[in-house]
Amino acid sequence: MLLNQFLILAAFLFCTGAYGVLARKHAVLVLMSIELMLAGVNLNLVAFGAFHNSELGQVFALFVLTIAAAEVGIGLAIVLLIYRNLHSADLDDVDTMKG
Amino acid sequence: MFFLDYAWLVPLIPALSFVVILLFGKRMPRHGSEIGIVAVGASFVLSCGAAIRWIMRVQDAKSADAPVLPVLHHVTWFQNGGVRLTAGIQIDGLAVMMMFVVTIISLLVHIYSLEYMRGDRRYTYFYAALSLFTASMLLLVVADNTLQLLIGWELVGVCSFMLIGHWWEEKPNSDAALKAFLTTRTGDIGLLTGVIMTFFVVERATGVGSFNIIALNAAASNPGNRVGHTLILWCALALLLAIMGKSGQFPLHTWLPDAMAGPTPVSALIHAATMVVAGVYLGARVYPVFFHGLSIADGGINPMAAVGGITVLIGAALAFVQDDIKKVLAYSTISQLGYMVMALGVGAWTAAVFHLFTHAFFKADLFLGAGSVSHSGSHHSFDMKKDMGGLRKYMPQTYATFVIGSLALAGIFPLAGFWSKDEILANAGFDNYKLFLVIGLIGAFMTAAYMTRCVYLTFHGEYRGAHDPHAIGPADEAEHDPIDTEESIELDVHLHPPHESNRLITVPLWVLSFFAVFAGFLNFPHFSKFERWFQPRFPAEFAGLPTLAHPAAFNAILAAISVLIAGSAIGIVWAYYQGKLPQGLSERNAVAGAGKRFLVNKYYLDYLYENIIVAGIKGPIAAGVYWFNQNVIDNVLNYTGRGARALGQFTYDYVDQKGVDGLVNEIGTITGDSGGEVRKLQTGRLQFYALMLVVAVVIFAGALWIFA
Repeated sequence: MLLNQFLILAAFLFCTGAYGVLARKHAVLVLMSIELMLAGVNLNLVAFGAFHNSELGQVFALFVLTIAAAEVGIGLAIVLLIYRNLHSADLDDVDTMKG
Repeated sequence: MFFLDYAWLVPLIPALSFVVILLFGKRMPRHGSEIGIVAVGASFVLSCGAAIRWIMRVQDAKSADAPVLPVLHHVTWFQNGGVRLTAGIQIDGLAVMMMFVVTIISLLVHIYSLEYMRGDRRYTYFYAALSLFTASMLLLVVADNTLQLLIGWELVGVCSFMLIGHWWEEKPNSDAALKAFLTTRTGDIGLLTGVIMTFFVVERATGVGSFNIIALNAAASNPGNRVGHTLILWCALALLLAIMGKSGQFPLHTWLPDAMAGPTPVSALIHAATMVVAGVYLGARVYPVFFHGLSIADGGINPMAAVGGITVLIGAALAFVQDDIKKVLAYSTISQLGYMVMALGVGAWTAAVFHLFTHAFFKADLFLGAGSVSHSGSHHSFDMKKDMGGLRKYMPQTYATFVIGSLALAGIFPLAGFWSKDEILANAGFDNYKLFLVIGLIGAFMTAAYMTRCVYLTFHGEYRGAHDPHAIGPADEAEHDPIDTEESIELDVHLHPPHESNRLITVPLWVLSFFAVFAGFLNFPHFSKFERWFQPRFPAEFAGLPTLAHPAAFNAILAAISVLIAGSAIGIVWAYYQGKLPQGLSERNAVAGAGKRFLVNKYYLDYLYENIIVAGIKGPIAAGVYWFNQNVIDNVLNYTGRGARALGQFTYDYVDQKGVDGLVNEIGTITGDSGGEVRKLQTGRLQFYALMLVVAVVIFAGALWIFA
């Protein structure tokens, strides 16, 4: 298998995730899109690791997974609090910092 | 050589006494007079010492014509590029003689004033002013440069003003003081310009300007090409104007008679013996300037002799019509000063200075005698016709001294005036100045005549004053202090009968009479000590003054003629008063009457000065200047003010409100608006920010890819 097949797939995942972060209204969907971006990155890392016969890629991907998990926890907590205060999970409504 | 080297003490001691009297005089037992007398006495002793030392110095010279250098000391107080301003002394025969005269007469006047000014309202200031005057006159006399002389000159003018106006509460006295000061000031214009010009005379001659008198005399004695005769002529004319002012020459003599408003001791000291001769002294000191500037050696007529000659005659003429004894003496002084200036003008230096010397004594004698008469004989009045007469019975000593003084003044052999006046006449006659010989003889006649009139009206005939103790006394022309203190009321009861004065008054009179009799012998022919001792014999100066080196010899015929003339004048006037000659001529004859009126009005000179010259300047010029001030100057100011206001308004409206404020406001607006635009980036929406992030990353990646 060629390397750039994996990279293309990872890029595809990443861009899909980026699109989702930028364009979705619902906060949970944005979080899901972030997960997608992270997945793409993980795939990239593992692909490079496998290609160079190094376990360093997988180690790094493990780190990323851990942080993703923690981040999701906190992210959901924030979304929950936003819903409690604004009675809506729509990100367009969170504009208190508007200048 | 102490007395000559330390001669600067002579002016210093009275100056210090002036300060001490002002500070402590009122508290002292005799109100300051003791300080004044001690100080002037000390100066007198030092002057005598200086005189004796100088005479010894002259006697030690190798021959009769050898040069005897003056004693010079000076301190430089300012220096700039070769020009040095000094304060110093030049002690030679002339200075020593003047010091002697000034100090002895000042001392006698101080003693006299103890009695005369007793109880006066400003006794202490009087003595302070006398000290200051003595110090100033001595400063003038010992000066070695014309600047110091000018300072002394001005100071004596100020002291004269102070002393004439001693009783300034009465307006005529302060008017007289002002008149004296301003008239002499007119002459001082000449002095100032003359001193400045002489500075440049020295500069042209030697390359470095200086006020030093010896340098000036040397420069003037050899005019040559570098200095030029015209400059010296102008200097001489300017200094002649100064002499006219200070020494009461025609036409600036009008202040002297009015100056008689001051106390009599002041008149004796200042206006007879010392201050008025400051002009003659100036002439004698810088004589080469006059001699070469006015070409005195040539004979004929020159301005100095002419001024002196005219003064002799008009002064003497005016003395005939005065009722006030002091005014007779004042005009007599004017006339005698005329003699001195005339003598300088005809080249008779020694005669002029000798006459100055003798005149000081007998004129002071006469003035103090007049004061004695007023003090004790005529209830403080000086009016001969109203309040005097027949006083020789009551005041024998005053009479004797007064007569001695009068005879000396008239020039009767062998009194002092004879020798000095005769020397003037001799020099005038034999140096191509015959006109002035004639003037001098006429003047001698008139002098003897008016003095005889004066003596007769005062001392002979019947007593005309009021002396009845129960009668009311006369108040006109009273000179004594009208505001009496407690003391003085007891001491000077107004209506006592005439009596002889106190010893404090008569002793000075006798001392002066002694000098009036014997001072003349100093220049007895072939004995000629005055000439030998006091004539300057500095080699560089006075070159080319033949008469100075060898004054005209004593001429017995001329002497006899002058005595005869004086004697006949006395005889004629005496006969007139005895009734042997026609009386009342001026009432019966229109011409004589007009002549007398002309004299009584003092040639209408005062009218000319005050109503024509001064009013003519005051009136139109003052009106013109006022118009100029109101219309031109004020308008300039007003329009300037208005213009400034308009400019200010414009600046406010356009520059400040619109310009500066507009600029500042615009900056604010721009800032605000741009802020408003940038603000739109702050949407507060998360996804918008995230979009910005992504866009930035894309751009950076692109840039990195293109450039790396």
